[in-house]
Amino acid sequence: MTDLFSKFDPLIEQRRALLAGGVEDPFNLVMERVISPTVAVCNGRETILLGTYNYMGMTFDPDVIASGKQALDDFGSGTTGSRVLNGTYAGHRACEEALKEFYGMDHAMVFSTGYQANLGIISTIAGKGDYIILDIDSHASIWDGCKMGDAEVVPFKHNDIEAMEKRLKRVPEGAGKLVVLEGVYSMLGDIAPLKEMIRIAKENGAMVLVDEAHSMGFIGPNGRGVAEDQGCLEDVDFVIGTFSKSVGTVGGFCVSNHPKFEIMRLVCRPYVFTASLPPSVVHTAATSIRKLMHAGNKRAHLWENSKTLHKGLRDKGFQLGTSEAQSAIIAVIMPDLERGAAMWEALLHEGLYVNLARPPATPAGMTLLRCSLCAEHSADQVQTIIGMFERAGKAVGII
Amino acid sequence: MDRAATAEKIAELIEPFNKKGITVTEATTFAGDLEWDSLTVMDFVAAIEDDFDIIISMNQQAEIETYGQLIDAVTKLQG
Repeated sequence: MTDLFSKFDPLIEQRRALLAGGVEDPFNLVMERVISPTVAVCNGRETILLGTYNYMGMTFDPDVIASGKQALDDFGSGTTGSRVLNGTYAGHRACEEALKEFYGMDHAMVFSTGYQANLGIISTIAGKGDYIILDIDSHASIWDGCKMGDAEVVPFKHNDIEAMEKRLKRVPEGAGKLVVLEGVYSMLGDIAPLKEMIRIAKENGAMVLVDEAHSMGFIGPNGRGVAEDQGCLEDVDFVIGTFSKSVGTVGGFCVSNHPKFEIMRLVCRPYVFTASLPPSVVHTAATSIRKLMHAGNKRAHLWENSKTLHKGLRDKGFQLGTSEAQSAIIAVIMPDLERGAAMWEALLHEGLYVNLARPPATPAGMTLLRCSLCAEHSADQVQTIIGMFERAGKAVGII
Repeated sequence: MDRAATAEKIAELIEPFNKKGITVTEATTFAGDLEWDSLTVMDFVAAIEDDFDIIISMNQQAEIETYGQLIDAVTKLQG
C-alpha cells in the first residue's frame, strides 16, 4: 500500500528540524484569554496583538456585542440550513442591506466565509472557454476558485500593468474575460495600481473582480477600499470582501451592480451547498458594517499607527516589504525561516504577537514577520512595539 | 514558425533560466531535472509567451512536463 501521506514528508521533516532547535511552535499558539482587540494572554503572558486582521478593533465594540447577544436570544444559536432553503433569517437580509449601503451598490450576497465568496463567485462566473487573467500573488481562495471552475487561467507578474495588458490582448476573440485583482496584497501589504489596471481591463472588454478583504473599513474616504481611494470603484463589476477582518466576525460577501447578479444565489455551489452563518454572526456583522460607515476618525488614527510603525522599524534597520506604509500591514522581511522563527519567538517573549509567514503563502520564497495594525492600538503601544522589535532584532542578530 | 525553428528559439530563451547549466534534451523535465520553483517557471513561461505572442494557460502548463512537450505545445499554439 502506498501511504498517501508520504507526499508530506518534506514538510514534516522541516517542521521537526525547526522545533528540534527548541523554538516555540509558531503555528500552534493558543490565545488563552482575549482582553481587548489589541491585548491577549498567550502561554500565560500578556501579549500585544500585532498579527490579527482586527484592523478597526470592532470585536469588542459594545453595540456589536449587544446585537450578537440579542440575536442569540431571539433567533437561537444556528440556522441549520442553506441560504436558499431555511437558512436566510432577517439578520442575513439586514447584513446584505448594510453592505449595499456601505458600498452604494445594487446587490449584495453574503457567504459563510470570505474564502467561499472567492471560490463561489470566480468558479461560477468564469466557465469553460472563458479566460481568467489574474495577479500571480493572488490569495489562495482566488487560485482555488480558478481551479474549481473550467476557465483558462492566465497569471501575470505581480502588479505588472504591461504584463496584464499583453495577456488580455492575446485572449482569443469572442472569449469571456475576467480580470481578478486585489486592493491590498496581504503578504507584503502593498496595494495595486487599480485605476490603471481596471481602465485597461475595461478597454479590452473584460469584467473586473477586486478582492478588498484587507482594505474594507480602512482605506478610502468611506472605507470602501483601494478602488474607492483611487476613484475607480464604479468600474469594478464585483467586489469581494470578508467579515473576518475589519468587520470583526466571520463571513464573506460579494457586492455588484450587475443587473442579473441575483441569479448567483441559485447557481453558485459554495453558496447553496453549505449552512448559512449563525444569527449572532450576521447581526454583529450588520451592526459593525453600519458603524464602519462613520469611522473616519478611527481610519485616520490607523493610518497614523501604520506610518509610525513603518518609519520606526525602518529607522531601526529592518528590511520592510514596502518603501512606505501603503496599508495596515507592515511586512518585515526575515533572512530565512530559522531566523524568522527565532525572531518570532523572541518577540513573543517580549510580549508581542506577529504573524510568521513563509512559503508557499509568501511571494518569492520569503519568510516574513507580518505586522497588522489596529485602530485601537494606542500611540504608546506602537512605540512599545518598536522597542520590542529593536531588542528582539538585536538578540537574534537581524539588525 | 515550424517545430525546428521554434525549438531553436526556445533553446535561446531557456539559457538565462538554466542556471545550473544542465544539458537540456527533449526528455528533460522542468520540475525534476531542472529543479525549477514556481517563480522560475512563471518567469520562463512569461518570456516564452512574450516572445511568441501566445498564451500558455495554467491548464495547458499542467500538461507540459518535459522540454519536448513544451516545444510541441508552443509550435501548436502559434497556429
